[in-house]
Parts: sequence; structure tokens; C-alpha cells
Amino acid sequence: MSGTPMLRARGVGIRFGAVVAAADINIEIMAGERVSLIGSNGAGKTTFVNMITGYLKPDAGQIELAGRDITPLEPRTITRLGVARSFQIPQLFDELSVLENMLVATACHDNRLSFWEAARRPAAIDRADALLRRFRLDEHRARRVAELPGGVRKLLDIAMAMTGQPKLLLLDEPTSGVSADEKFPMMDIIMGALGHETSAGKMTVLFVEHDMDIVERYADRVVAFYSGRIIADGVPKVALATDDVRRYVTGELVQ
Amino acid sequence: MIGMLFTVVLVLAGLLMPKWLTFLVTMAAAQGLVSLGILLLMRGGVVSFGQGMVFALGGYAAALGYSRLGLTDALGLTLLGGVTAMLVAAPFAPMLARYRGIFFAMLTLALSMVIYGLLMKIELMGGSDGFNIGRPTLLGQTLSDARVGYVMYSLTIVTAGVMALLSRVYFDSTRGLLTVAVRDNELRVEYLGGSVRQAMMINFILAAFAGGMGGALVVMSLGHIDPNFSYWTTSGEFVFVAILAGWQSVLAVFLASTVLEVVRSFSSSYFPNTWQLALGLFLLFVIRFLTRGIGSLWIKENRR
Amino acid sequence: MQTLFTILIDGLSYAAWLFIVALGLTLVFGVLKILNMAHGSFYALGAYAAASFVSWGASMKMAPAFSIVAMLLAAVAVAAILAPLTERGLMRFFYGRDEVLLVLVTYALFLILEDVTKLIWGANPYYVSEPYSLFGNIDIGSQTYVGYDFALVALAVIVGLAVWWGLNRTRHGKIVLAVIHSAEVAASMGINVSRVYMLAFTVGIFLAGIGGAFTAPMISVQPGVSVGVIIISFAVVIIGGLGSIEGAAIGALIVGLARSLAVHMAPVAELFSIYIVMALVLMFRPEGLFQRIQARKI
Repeated sequence: MSGTPMLRARGVGIRFGAVVAAADINIEIMAGERVSLIGSNGAGKTTFVNMITGYLKPDAGQIELAGRDITPLEPRTITRLGVARSFQIPQLFDELSVLENMLVATACHDNRLSFWEAARRPAAIDRADALLRRFRLDEHRARRVAELPGGVRKLLDIAMAMTGQPKLLLLDEPTSGVSADEKFPMMDIIMGALGHETSAGKMTVLFVEHDMDIVERYADRVVAFYSGRIIADGVPKVALATDDVRRYVTGELVQ
Repeated sequence: MIGMLFTVVLVLAGLLMPKWLTFLVTMAAAQGLVSLGILLLMRGGVVSFGQGMVFALGGYAAALGYSRLGLTDALGLTLLGGVTAMLVAAPFAPMLARYRGIFFAMLTLALSMVIYGLLMKIELMGGSDGFNIGRPTLLGQTLSDARVGYVMYSLTIVTAGVMALLSRVYFDSTRGLLTVAVRDNELRVEYLGGSVRQAMMINFILAAFAGGMGGALVVMSLGHIDPNFSYWTTSGEFVFVAILAGWQSVLAVFLASTVLEVVRSFSSSYFPNTWQLALGLFLLFVIRFLTRGIGSLWIKENRR
Repeated sequence: MQTLFTILIDGLSYAAWLFIVALGLTLVFGVLKILNMAHGSFYALGAYAAASFVSWGASMKMAPAFSIVAMLLAAVAVAAILAPLTERGLMRFFYGRDEVLLVLVTYALFLILEDVTKLIWGANPYYVSEPYSLFGNIDIGSQTYVGYDFALVALAVIVGLAVWWGLNRTRHGKIVLAVIHSAEVAASMGINVSRVYMLAFTVGIFLAGIGGAFTAPMISVQPGVSVGVIIISFAVVIIGGLGSIEGAAIGALIVGLARSLAVHMAPVAELFSIYIVMALVLMFRPEGLFQRIQARKI
């Protein structure tokens, strides 16, 4: 089905001094796609994500969100337009409880900030609790985030990103730092929670991943990076079988 | 709710209190307002070492309003103090909102010392001696010698009570929760679509309003103003009270302010050479062992 | 022309003692990351100790030149007694905590020392006049200048060079520089960071003590002296850049000359000119003129 792509990058490039972190990135992602970004460390995946969120400004090219040029915009503005991201190292409010973290996230995403409306009003708490339940985090709701184990922190980080029902969700290594036996259950929870977001159509998800099993299971499409460029783009079965990917990403083909 | 009750009780109790006590409590409550401002900023993660600036601005606004503009209504002057301090501080808010830690502390300190320097040298405002003002009126009524103390007391207590209540509402609000989130992780707040800068600016301006009112109330009770209101040691005392109180309980701020006021009042007669020593030791004790301030002694849960 | 020279001498002698004091403050910050609000109190203690030692020397019928030795001894005494007490007995219980919290701890120390000074020496002012006339008067042009002012400048230069040489040319100095750069890395390399902290504190207090002792003859030594010194030292250190020796020198010069200019030409600006410079530096170049520490700014 044709239409305006949810995300389009045209000739995007950026360099830090002599280092070319990204070059000639061209990509079109349609609404509802589940895309995995793969590549070895330093290949340019996170740089690309940072450019989408507005944290970094590309030296060349444009990035469009649903047809709108977001290249020059501030991170906060881009968030307002419907882009949300989670972090490789969870960025949470350590001193607050899990519930309070969700309350802050919902208040910010809804742009519902008031000088007198209680943050802990029943309606807000109910909504936050519902979201926590979807992520199996409700048992931790009263605990201080600093005390939580790594896997729970990661989930909370992602849950918070999803509170605003973003059009485009960027997950930066959602299963990194999570033990092997927890990875699949965690992705099941995340993808399951995504399935609920049907009111405005499917959420578009980009996730950076190193674990190929996760990629094969959960991605509709794989985009592989190497040395700042895209070396493969297609369904997992095909993309992961290309020589370039086998050589530079999965390591199956010795260089 | 308890706070409101407490306010009413205090106002009534004032009728029975001796003059020196009502004066002491008045000063404590008025200065508590300034420390309340510091509390506001501390919740966002910064400590202002220059709150004397808004204290002086509010005080001079009230004093000048009285002597130059003929405004004698105590309530009007209180509001004038708060608004003036807020208006003067507002242009600095965007800039100050970008600083943290020592640099925020030093910048607020520097600004308050600039104001101090200006006030010392401007003869129009009394220069280094400052100047006196007469008795304020309230709602059109002139106040007799006997009544003025109690009236100022009541006005101050009520103002403090109202501000305490409003603070509590603000702290419990979504913006209030956002403030503590900013203190914890500014990056995440930005990525959630919240504005860190806006939150910090708002807190600074609100703190200025509270501090300005405190300054006005002190001037009216004291009958005198001078540049020392903006000196760094004055700012230091407000910070002292805020640290002592911690940021759990608004009531703790006013209690801590009373403690300081009591120590200060009795110091010259009873222990002129050891009261600062006592304060210093007390502060060390609180910093070392009561990291959440004295408020944490009765508020057990992790309240914000 | 004469006035310009007067302004210059005035500014330089003011900058001289300010540099010595600020150097101590900036060193302590560089090594321990503590902005010591009690630094002015050590200055005051140096001044008081000097007053006592000098008058003791006078009562012993010592030669007037002994007063110089007395002042030096005063600074040594202050540092020797207070550095271990402060660093071991107080500061180390708060290491690792928030930088602003540490400033508050030093503020508490300031309050304590204010009273300690009053308890030992009382509230009446002391005058230490003997050393002031030691260097006589110097006539330049039609103006007479006090020799002591020039001696102060000489002292500042000596102190500055000594500290610079100590840091950059001795082995101990290199160790201190390593700790300034990163205490963690230094510790993992086997450096006794605790001892370096003590050394830095001692030198810092000693410098404050020297500043106090040698300016004692120019002021009336009384309670409250520390208050003004603290704030102006902060201004110098912020302007010059926290942790930088050159910064302390340049900052002191700027503040000294600015103040001198204001006093002689625009007395209205005297007090706030310094703080306006401090505020401007914080607004436009918060690391100070000589970068050492990155400003925590968003």
C-alpha cells in the first residue's frame, strides 16, 4: 500500500572530525513496519537513531516524519510530533517509584502539566497502572527505581517511551544487558504491548539489536549498517543471508 | 488541612502571646517564606546562594512604596514586594535555568552581591544605612501602637500559611512532580517532551515571589531596611534554614526558621560568642546524619 | 599620570594579597573539588595569630624585623594546627558527596570558626602596626608610597613562583597535578590520594594564613574580617577559573585593578564592579578565563 512513509531519510550523513559516522543513508519506512537495525559497534545505528530524535544534526540530507521535515527540529519538538525512544542504558528517575516514573511520562507526553492538578489523582494512577500491567511491571509499582534489577529497568524505560502512543518508536538495544533466558519473554511483552496500540493504526518500530535470534523472530525487515552506510535492507531471511551482512555484521563469513 | 488548622490556632494564640514572642514568630515566618523559595529550587536540584537578592528587592519595594508612593496598606505592600521581586528576577530566569551545581550557586551569589553593591552606593535609597519606615495600615485602618504588632503577626502568619498551602498543592501537582524528575534525570525529561528549562525558570520566579513577600513583611515589622538584606551572609542563613528543614515538609521550613530566629534573638544576651558555633555544629549534624533535613524526623514515607 | 601610577600601585598591592589568598582557595578546589567557604576564616586566623605573635615579639623587645618572622610563623602555626583538624577531623566525613553540599559543610565550618576566633581573641580589634613602617616610604614623583605595598607585591611574586615551581617541577607536585586531573585514576596508580588531600589543604590554609598575616598591618583585625575576604576570593577564583594558578593571578589583578580604578575614579562602582565582572564571567565564560574545570551548564 503506497502512501507517505512514516520515516524517510534522504542522503543523510554526518561526520565527527575525520570520522564518517554516517554517509548516504537513504531509507523509507512505512507505517506499521517492524524494522531492526543491525551492525557492529560503531557502524552507525545509534548515530542514525540520534539523528532521527534530533539529538544530532546531520551534516547532509533530510529526515522526514510522515512527510514533514524534522531535520532542523529540537528533540523536544520531535517528541511532540510522535517520536519516542528508549535507551540502551535505561534513563529513569531513580529516586522516584515505578508508578511515579509512569506518571511523569504520561504527564509529559500528554502535555498535561498543571500547577494544581494533582499528579497522583486517581484517573492518572489508574491509567499508569494499566500501562504497568501491560508490561508486567505492576508488581513493582511502589518500589524505588534505583532498587530494581536490570531487566525491570529496561522494561520500564521502554514502557515510559510508549506512554504517549508515539507514531514512531525507537528502541535502542532493548535486550542488551538482559540475561539470555529473559530476552524472548521480554520481547514478547514489548511486542504484545505494541499490539494494543491499534486506535491510530500500528505503531512503527525501529529497534537496534545485536541478537540475530531476536531479529529473526520479531522484525519484518532488517537494515544493516557498516561503516556508516547501509549495506543491506530487506526481510530478515534475505538480508541476513547476504555476503556483506555475513561478513560485516554476523561474523559468519571471515573477512 | 492540618496546616490550615495550625495557622488558625497560631493566629488565635497570638492574642495571648507577649509582644516579644509575636515579633519573633513574625520574623521567623516571614524569613521562612524566603527559605521556602530555596526549597522550591532545591526540589529541582539547585541551591541558590543569592536569595538575599529577592529578599532585599521585596523589602526595598515595600519600603519605597511606603515612603515614596505613600502606599501604607500592609497587604498591598506585601504583594508589591512579591511582585517586584518576581519582575526583577524574571529576566534572569532563562539564563539561570541553564546552570547547575556550584555555578548556579556562584551566579546567584554574584547577582545578590551586585544588588548589595548597588544598594550600598545609591544614596537615594539610604546608602549603607538604609532607611526607616513608619507604621503600615491595614485595609484603610490606621493601627495603634498596641495593635500593630499583632496585626503584622497575623498578616505574616496567614501569608505564610497560604503560601505553604499553595506550595503543597504545587509540589503535589504534575509540574511539581516534574520538578523532582528534572532533579533526577534531565535528559529523560527532555526526551519525554517536557521542558527542563521551563520547569527551572518557573521555580526561580516562584521563589522570587515568595522571597519578595518575605522581605516586605520583614521590613514592615522591623520598620527598617538596609543593604545587608542582600549580603551573602543573609543568603547563607536562608540556605541554612532550607538545609535544616530538608525538602519533605513545608512546615519544617517554618520550624527551622523559628529555630534560627530563637537562637539569634537570645544570642546577644546569653551566648554572643557561641551561637554561630552552635549553628555551625547543628548544620554539620544535619548534613551528616539527617540528610533529608529535620522534616524527615516525622515524615516517614518517601514523600515529595 | 601620577594618579594613574597611584591607581596602579594601589591595585597591585591589593591584587598581591588577594592573589595569595585566592591561590590557596583555587588549589584546594583543584585538588579536592571543594569550594571552601571557610577560606576567609583561615585568613582571619592568620591575621589574628600574626597580631599575637608580633605583639609577643614586641613584648620580648625583639628587633622590629622580627615581626616579619612572627607573621610567617603565624601562618605556619595556623596551617599546622588547622589543616589536620579540618581535613582529617571534618572534611573527610563528607567526601564523595554533592559538591554544593561540601560548600555547605565549609559554610558550617565558617560559622564555627567565627566564634572560635571570638572565643580566643575576643571581639575587640587588634592593630599590628610595627611591620607596616618597616619598609619605610618611597617617594616617586610628587607622591609618597608606603614601602610595605611594594613588599607585598614582591611576596606575591615569590609565593606564586614557589607554588608554580612546586607543582610543575617537583615530583610531589606532579603527583598533586595527577590528583587534580583525576583522583580516581591517581589512586588506581598507587598514589596516596589521602595524603595529597592533606597536603593540598595544608598549603591552601597556609596561603590563606600568609595572606591574613601579612595584611594584618594594613587593617584592623576584628570579627567579620573573614566575611569580606571570602566573597572577594570567590570572585577572583571564578573570574580566573577554578583550579588554575594563572587564573588566580590574572583574576586577582583584574579585581585589584578594577577596585582601584573604581575607588579612585568612580567610587559608586567600588563595591559592585567586582561582582558584575564575576557575574559576567559566569554568564559568558563560566569556566573562567583559564579553563581547568568544565562548567556544569546545560
